Amino acid sequence: MSLGTGIRLGDLIAAICFILALRGLTSPKTARRGNLIGAAGMALAVGITFATNGLTHFLLIVGAMLIGAVVAVPAARLVKMTAMPQMVAAFNGVGGGAAALIALATFLRSPNGSLAVYQVVEVLFGVVVGCISFSGSCIAFAKLQELMTGRPVTYPGQQLVNGVIGAAILALGTAACVSPHGWMVTIVLALALLFGVAFVLPIGGADVPVLISLLNSFTGLAVAASGFVLHSVVLVVAGTLVGASGTLLTQMMSRAMGRSLPNILFSAFGSVITATGGAEGDTNRAVRSASAEDIAILLSYANKVIIVPGYGLAVAQAQHTIKELADLLEARGVQVIYAIHPVAGRMPGHMNVLLAEANVPYEQLKEMDEANPEFQSADVALVVGANDVVNPAAKNSPGSPIYGMPILAVDEARNIVFLKRSMRPGFAGIDNELLFDPKTTLLFGDAKDSLTKVVAAVKAL
Amino acid sequence: MNGGDILSLITVFVLAAFVGFEVIAKVPSTLHTPLMSGTNAIHGVVLVGAMLILGTASGTTQLVLGFVAVVLATLNVVGGFVVTDRMLEMFKVRPSSKGSSTSGGAAKPGAEGGPK
Repeated sequence: MSLGTGIRLGDLIAAICFILALRGLTSPKTARRGNLIGAAGMALAVGITFATNGLTHFLLIVGAMLIGAVVAVPAARLVKMTAMPQMVAAFNGVGGGAAALIALATFLRSPNGSLAVYQVVEVLFGVVVGCISFSGSCIAFAKLQELMTGRPVTYPGQQLVNGVIGAAILALGTAACVSPHGWMVTIVLALALLFGVAFVLPIGGADVPVLISLLNSFTGLAVAASGFVLHSVVLVVAGTLVGASGTLLTQMMSRAMGRSLPNILFSAFGSVITATGGAEGDTNRAVRSASAEDIAILLSYANKVIIVPGYGLAVAQAQHTIKELADLLEARGVQVIYAIHPVAGRMPGHMNVLLAEANVPYEQLKEMDEANPEFQSADVALVVGANDVVNPAAKNSPGSPIYGMPILAVDEARNIVFLKRSMRPGFAGIDNELLFDPKTTLLFGDAKDSLTKVVAAVKAL
Repeated sequence: MNGGDILSLITVFVLAAFVGFEVIAKVPSTLHTPLMSGTNAIHGVVLVGAMLILGTASGTTQLVLGFVAVVLATLNVVGGFVVTDRMLEMFKVRPSSKGSSTSGGAAKPGAEGGPK
């Protein structure tokens, strides 16, 4: 068997590993194994690349890989569970950047006129999609990390500006196919970076996870394009797998939020918010707030309590405290369940991961469809750091930007307790009518502090 | 590269696209985030391409482009797998066999044959 055949065989095995990895990741039982199979396939694909005919600069390659690994491992190990989404965005962005650089380098090393039209198309596709993914992921990271506002950034004529940038990329790209010049590709690259920023700016913080998933599939396609450029089957297979499954996953995620993908990407969220906020002007409306002791009594003498955890719980790292409270209540004979909205936290499934970390029994976690009928018979709905996912505006107010998103029917419970940091609206930036409801009680403060006080009060009873 | 090569790459592309759609057709929303993170790690295979660029580079521009590409791609692949593994660690201690057979089995006796 020649070396070349060996490498192609290795590529094939790696490709099979990637497919098995994806399949494993679709079920909780096999997910971890799936990820390991993927990593093994990756190690194989990278390992056999070292045996490629004519490859030099081994020290540089290993050095660059060491730098990458030394940065990536601690970053991925130490990041807080709540910051996972932006971590994924960052790792996705650099992948897109790498794909763009590969396409660019290939173009620059080919003597003028030696590339066929289809090869120029492959290069341009890799550069454009890779750059959009890179700069888009940077903005998504900044939004989630709160380096910039999580609200949609809009300005007059925004769609037009985006359209013009897109058209310029297309025009210059077409021109480059006819007679390729280095400067054209460089300008296309700059425009694509700009387009990625312009494309992501108007997308609201709550929708960013869906956006990251979309950018993830973009990177997959950019990787497939660089596979075409380099004639590498394993790049084409892996990139296409991610591009296709990522697109499907993006659709599933937006469906879980009750929205269509175009609605998430292009609805000018910002204008709607100012409209509703201005019309009601209710910053000074009365709300009922109570002490931790009041809430402890309410909870302890209930028959059934439904806990609705949200991002505030995650960010305060209060998952262990909420578990402690639930255990105390159960010891007093109160039935406790957790109602998990599909997009609670900042990503679908985020909350399940956090609560599992605190050893909350699996049977107590109810998905939305299962949980909603339970609210009618619940004495208390305890909403901890959640807002948008319980906002009745999604049901009742067609003008609202979150209208149509399925929500938890917290308003059907006999009493509602909100643990909130402040009256500030949630991630989507919309006021919540439920806060002003007569059966609602609020306890202001950091979720963990508030819960600790409630736990102490329940113990003292 | 001749016409046959590009055609076989396109064949691979089309088939992989179908596999990508089919293989994740059913996934519970709990796993959306880990799946996204996992696919993110898999497109880190771009590292192979970056190595090929750096390994065949000549001239400063090519060396710099290739070097940066390898660093970025390594970040993607290593970070991607580690983050995914951390997310999935949370699923391992769960007594899922006990939980699903008592609650799920009582509610829907026919459900056992469904999931594969």
